[in-house]
Amino acid sequence: MLLEARGVHKAYGHVQVLHGVDFEAEAGKVTALIGDNGAGKSTLVKILSGALAPDAGELSLHDRRVRLTSPEHARSLGVETVYQDLALAPELGPAENVFAGRELLRPGLLGRLGVLDKKTMRARAQEAFTSMGTDVKDLDAAVAALSGGQRQSVAICRAVMWAKDLVFLDEPTAALGVRQTGKVLELVRRVADSGVGVVLISHNMTEVLEVADTVQVLRLGRRVAKLPASGTTVADLVGAMTGALDTPVTDARDDDRTDDRADERAAR
Amino acid sequence: MSATTGGGAAAAGAAPPPAQTPRTGAGPGVPSSSRPAWRRALSSSPAYMAVVLLVLVALFSLLAPDTFPTAANGRNVLTDVAVLLVMAVGTTYVLVAGGFDLSQGSVLVFAGVAAAKAMEALGGQGAGTVLVGIAVGLLAGTAWGAVNGLVITKLGVPALITTLGSTGAALGAAQLLSNGTDVRTVPDALISVAVQRPLTLSWLVWVAALVALVGGLVLATTRYGRHTQLIGSNAESARRAGIAVDRHTASLYVLNGALAGLAGLMSLTRFATTTISGHTTDGLQVITGVVLGGTSLFGGAGTVIGTVIGMFIPGVLNNGFVVLNVQAFWQQVAVGVVLVVAVYVDQLKRRRRNAA
Repeated sequence: MLLEARGVHKAYGHVQVLHGVDFEAEAGKVTALIGDNGAGKSTLVKILSGALAPDAGELSLHDRRVRLTSPEHARSLGVETVYQDLALAPELGPAENVFAGRELLRPGLLGRLGVLDKKTMRARAQEAFTSMGTDVKDLDAAVAALSGGQRQSVAICRAVMWAKDLVFLDEPTAALGVRQTGKVLELVRRVADSGVGVVLISHNMTEVLEVADTVQVLRLGRRVAKLPASGTTVADLVGAMTGALDTPVTDARDDDRTDDRADERAAR
Repeated sequence: MSATTGGGAAAAGAAPPPAQTPRTGAGPGVPSSSRPAWRRALSSSPAYMAVVLLVLVALFSLLAPDTFPTAANGRNVLTDVAVLLVMAVGTTYVLVAGGFDLSQGSVLVFAGVAAAKAMEALGGQGAGTVLVGIAVGLLAGTAWGAVNGLVITKLGVPALITTLGSTGAALGAAQLLSNGTDVRTVPDALISVAVQRPLTLSWLVWVAALVALVGGLVLATTRYGRHTQLIGSNAESARRAGIAVDRHTASLYVLNGALAGLAGLMSLTRFATTTISGHTTDGLQVITGVVLGGTSLFGGAGTVIGTVIGMFIPGVLNNGFVVLNVQAFWQQVAVGVVLVVAVYVDQLKRRRRNAA
């Protein structure tokens, strides 16, 4: 197993957010993590990506126990996270963003003086964008001038370029229209097919079923279901999320709202 | 939600959007078109301010053909601009990193007074005394820069307030050191430097040119420059990318202080006195020139070549008005208007880009 978490507990003060959550992610697979607001998704992801220390519980990478001390530590172990705010530098170009903090230097004396190897960085970024099939074409444009989907692609490609093993994607399509959502989901699939494990955090159950291999459902700080995506319906997921498995249509508001927003945008 | 929210400001993501209504990148798709490098360079702010500069030079040359376009007058303009340009190079870095530094004029005075006092105390007119003075001046500037940098990064006081404070404090400290009167005991060895003109230009001009050249190359081609841009564009993302944001930011203020110290030594060389009261508006003049040159007040973008052009616009206006016998006060009015118009046009371009 690529990543395995057992009995993860976390409390903020008196509020117990996670009650012994288990979680698994496999290499080359898209694992979706869904749950209503307050279910503990963000907390769990922060713990799994090293941004937060759990109160109790075990984490293992490649079947070896690890204690992640920081996001940098997680990154050094091949685990990258794309946050919802993307953390891109809007004034700089896609290639500059991909290599932010990991700039390549020219060989020889110039490199020792700190001179950047812009040509190589550009070529490698271009290669990543192309091989991932993204529509990021203008490497000279500032990221601020790109569309939301292109920005998301830049952020995902950046994470994938450096993630040897695992990428967390926090709501990568939440702000996108229908067409761009499709492109990003294709990208997510291709990332997994290249052998990297992907953990997809999402609200949108239709899209989760479309792209994921397994779906793990959190509710009130517990994992209540782990389902294979094929053969599972939106109604099953809603039921697991809301704890109303017998009356599966109770509360699908979240899902509807997301779809409405997407439709609105597509209409513009 | 309106389409205008999908701009650069939203992408900067200083505050993570609430989970239910994410606003990042809500804009509709843009057909991306690749433009050749020369066209991008031509549509950039420095290119367009360079045109303004050329128009000014042409205008003054037409109006005063005997006095403006002469070698002697050109040297005057260059020497006038040299001292301010040295500080402007440092301020370009600070602004590109999303910071602000008002204090350079006062730090210049402090460094000048400290150097002059040290040389006075040491006595002698030779090169040894001058070298000690140079070291003291540079150290004095660096020290103020370090104070600025540490207060801003460690104590978290906003840069504007910190450097406003050190503007007053450095000037006051300079006056305490000198008892409020200018120090005029500058060694002969330093004064002799001021009259030398290697390759027809004053040493001051060569020093400024070297600072601008090195500063421009470092900002545009090195990792240090790239990190400066990343921090100014999105400090949080720079932090997540593993860049030591606080240390880098502090180093920029130290650099800026050191350059103000160098400018203080240049001013001392030029005038052979500390000119305590002559630099109250230097800090603002420097920021004006840097912003005229296309450096964003909001960080993330800027070039030293732009700053060079931006510093020459007030310099040429001032000189042109003097040559034409126009009251020099008009220069201040003109620079003020040019600055506001330039930033307005820049904002328009930004808005158009973000709305695209």
